[in-house]
Amino acid sequence: MLAIVDYGMGNLKSVANALEGLSAEVTLTRDSSVIEQAEGIILPGVGAFGEGMRNLHTFGLVDVLRREVIEKKKPYLGICLGLQFLAHTGYEDGESRGLGWVNGTVKLIEPKGDGYKVPHMGWNNVKILKKSEIFAGLKDDPVFYFVHSYGLELDPSEESIVTSVAEHGCRIIASIQKGHIFATQFHPEKSQSAGLMVLKNFISYCKSHAQA
Amino acid sequence: MLKHRLIACLLWRDGFLIQSKNFKHTNAVGSAMTAIDFFNTWAIDEIVLIDVTRKQDNREMFHRDLVELSKRCFVPLTVGGWVHTIDDVRRFLTEGADKVIVNTSAFRDHAFLSAASKRFGNQCMVVSIDAKRIAPHRYEVCIDRGSTPTGVSPEAWAKEAEQLGAGEIFLTSIDNDGSQNGYDAELIHLVSNTVGIPVIASGGVGEWKHFADGIANGASAVSAANIFHYSDQSTKKAKNYLFEQGIDVRRPEFYDIPLPRRPVYRESSVSGIMTGSV
Repeated sequence: MLAIVDYGMGNLKSVANALEGLSAEVTLTRDSSVIEQAEGIILPGVGAFGEGMRNLHTFGLVDVLRREVIEKKKPYLGICLGLQFLAHTGYEDGESRGLGWVNGTVKLIEPKGDGYKVPHMGWNNVKILKKSEIFAGLKDDPVFYFVHSYGLELDPSEESIVTSVAEHGCRIIASIQKGHIFATQFHPEKSQSAGLMVLKNFISYCKSHAQA
Repeated sequence: MLKHRLIACLLWRDGFLIQSKNFKHTNAVGSAMTAIDFFNTWAIDEIVLIDVTRKQDNREMFHRDLVELSKRCFVPLTVGGWVHTIDDVRRFLTEGADKVIVNTSAFRDHAFLSAASKRFGNQCMVVSIDAKRIAPHRYEVCIDRGSTPTGVSPEAWAKEAEQLGAGEIFLTSIDNDGSQNGYDAELIHLVSNTVGIPVIASGGVGEWKHFADGIANGASAVSAANIFHYSDQSTKKAKNYLFEQGIDVRRPEFYDIPLPRRPVYRESSVSGIMTGSV
């Protein structure tokens, strides 16, 4: 079973729909004991960084996430806000602390040049820089759906965790991987075949991880 | 590079999809489930689904349909119709919408738009603007499904909506809706040049070329409703056209998606046949 963390924000149902479409067993939950039993944890979400982190704290989810993902090394997939929360600080909706699992910050994206709109909304090419289990079987230069105004910026020491990028008048970090921690700025649940492939890969990763 | 999006707009009324001409509903064209299944495999980039029923009793039916429809939609799904409160927005999101489209309620109640945007993020709130041409180079926003003129220009309202937290503008020409004569180029140009958020052109597509015109006039995304019904591979053919014109779009190919089993037909519509009762 995969736990989709419900912290009261975002298109959780879409994520559940896509995973169920792939025949995965999923539970939408904010219950620590369910998260503890899961083979993998998915933290989706669209919305503002500050409010999202406040909700994670309010529902008492920060500790259980750290215990399961950092201490017990349970596979994690962050989507959109679920990627941004990994930073230590976010600047949307004031300054707030993130989970701090990667050395980076979340700032408003500032495209240079004409014709780039913010939010960065729509389908964009993603350039894969590094092999990652979740990219298995994808065609070269895949196209994914993005919708965000803020993006992750990493400390140079963390640059090696970037697995793919997109271009929107500035570099957008499209995905990262740090061991068993995966995260995408794009929305695999809404990126049709390419996105479903990513989710399918994550499901397989969780299965093999649980057996190992 | 960000692709230009092709969007199918589905108007839902009492369990069926309908077509529209100058904001008057015309004929029923069939089931939303069939449309969503086909458009998903035919390279559509996004779907907008709007409840246009006038029957209060059928609003719940729309909610039930949305839950089933969203399970088979693997592109972004924007949902609207009769959205007035934060709870209305939340309900659509929990039923599988990715974004919510608002029109009259946002115009009348700015605090609602701004609160919804704060709560769910501006990318979640799409403001729909229906504009009518009132003089050469001048337009007016009309609300209440196009029936109430407001005296406000679409440029001014779009700019204000952006400041209140709209993430996109869905811009429809009332004059061109259902005309098949193409988008209102000047209207799209005016509004796209006023705001920094994406503008979706709507109203009037009669041939694939009109999509290219919409993009040339500044729209980030182009949408249509009527033209996509009744024809095989419609959205993929539209995509083919744009691709061949050298416009940066997601590839026009058949997309393989895992469709869940269809739910059983609504009891009310077939119970007579099933039981043989009259």
